[in-house]
Amino acid sequence: MNDNAMIEVSNLTKRYAGRTAVAGISFTVARGEIVGLLGPNGAGKSTTMRILACYLPATSGTVRVAGFDVFHQSAEVRRRIGYMPENNPLYLEMRVREYLKFRARLKGLGWRRSRERVSTVMEQCGLTDVGRRIIGQLSKGYRQRVGMADALVHDPELIILDEPTIGLDPHQIRTVRQLIKGLAQAHTVLISTHILPEAEMMCNRMLIMYDGKILAADTPENLQRLVAGKSQIIVELAAPAAALRECWSQVPEIEYFDVSASEGEFQRCALTPRDGLDLRPVIFTLALQNGWVLRELTRNRHSLEDIYVQVTQPGEEEEN
Amino acid sequence: MRIFLTLTRRELAAFFFSVTGYVIIAAVTLLIGWSFVVLMTNLGSDPSPLPVTELFYRTYFFWLIVLLATPIITMRLFALEKFTGTFETLMTTPVSDWQVVAAKFTAAIIFYTVMWLPMLGCLFIVRHFTDQPGTLDPGMIGGIYLGVFLVGCLFLSLGCFASALTRSQMAAAMISFVLGVSLFALGFLAQALTTTAQWKTQLLSYFGLFDQMNDFAGGVVDTRTLIFYVSLTLLFLFLTLRVVESRRWK
Repeated sequence: MNDNAMIEVSNLTKRYAGRTAVAGISFTVARGEIVGLLGPNGAGKSTTMRILACYLPATSGTVRVAGFDVFHQSAEVRRRIGYMPENNPLYLEMRVREYLKFRARLKGLGWRRSRERVSTVMEQCGLTDVGRRIIGQLSKGYRQRVGMADALVHDPELIILDEPTIGLDPHQIRTVRQLIKGLAQAHTVLISTHILPEAEMMCNRMLIMYDGKILAADTPENLQRLVAGKSQIIVELAAPAAALRECWSQVPEIEYFDVSASEGEFQRCALTPRDGLDLRPVIFTLALQNGWVLRELTRNRHSLEDIYVQVTQPGEEEEN
Repeated sequence: MRIFLTLTRRELAAFFFSVTGYVIIAAVTLLIGWSFVVLMTNLGSDPSPLPVTELFYRTYFFWLIVLLATPIITMRLFALEKFTGTFETLMTTPVSDWQVVAAKFTAAIIFYTVMWLPMLGCLFIVRHFTDQPGTLDPGMIGGIYLGVFLVGCLFLSLGCFASALTRSQMAAAMISFVLGVSLFALGFLAQALTTTAQWKTQLLSYFGLFDQMNDFAGGVVDTRTLIFYVSLTLLFLFLTLRVVESRRWK
């Protein structure tokens, strides 16, 4: 067993009656990481999180959190996690401070310690001004913060947030995001989302889930490099098409090229580089050497959006 | 224990912070008052040798209250939490299933006991206005309250079980109402089935909630009845616990 691993999931499968929600996934999350679980709705993110939070049992496979098995040592695991479910359910008739105190007591904190911790997390989540307000009367952004404060109140080692920014306005999303980033030093965080830029901004590592399987798992940068291999460089040059073809075929960094006529004497070339290299300086130098007029030089930068779409498109997984 | 107390406090707060809680108390107070008026009017025109407390249970108002109020008290307990999703936040804290079940049941029984307090007022009015100290002795009042409490335990545990089965409060209330009425009706079945086998009649007579309550009202505490109520209550609480646990084996 790896001491540094916060979450170890191996061959986790969860079947509901007649439907497989999670199909034999494996991954590990190291201590201190912020990991994003990314995927479209119904990909199995919430199910995975519920299993991690000991709410649902796995059909097969093992899941360990901080070295404890979620099924056999469930109480130990639950003591170490702060979990905020999807849609952030709260007792709407309670007041903010009262609710957090109740939750702190449930999580086994003593009277004095729970008072301290409630004050700390209320400050951390910007709830100090609404401590006496009834939760049902708060705006969605505030409720979300109450949910996060609840997840944090017992200072857990692992924080699991299921869609923490869903349904918030852009300003509130920014606040929540900053809050999550602030947790990075002291806690391990697992977030699920189907919004890509969000994961890109907050996480050290992303797991892309689709249809109960993990299709890709890497840092946002590496994932970007993964598809950069398929990115193209568009060049428009005033030169004879034959000369251009000749020239491109001699550059070893170019994998494929395509030359088509543009208006006037310009030719439009689409170049696919090998291994995601940046060809632009090479092309500029070549144009300079041959005295060709260069009118356009752009790189089609593939964002994670493309990875997401590519990876999560049914039937295309093998191509990646 | 600390977690159990915290949970019980929160459940009690939920009863008293909601309009439903006060509506139940108001309705029950109305029914108690009404039955009291009916009882007094009848007694005024037609004297009876039976103690007042025992007469009270013969009015059927009592059973109406028990059968109607208990499903409404308990329907919220699990069903609402499952419906809103707070059950998930609750069960992912380090609480054990039995703590949750016990706390919810305890809060329900406390609310139920508070709900019956107006009846005590009625009894004191009787005592005050009839110069006969013998009409109400403490043993008898203790007997009634023990009876009310035990019947409550049974019906509330039944309600807990029904509420744990479903996500819908309405369905929970209906299930516990139907179960409660069936249980209540079993006692009358015994009287109807006099011709059939002896053991059947005897078995059914154990379920004669109506007759048992009459004993309590007369100040008689029968151990058999006591065991009957306590064991059935425990049975339903155990079933509730199994239902709550069942999400772990699905």
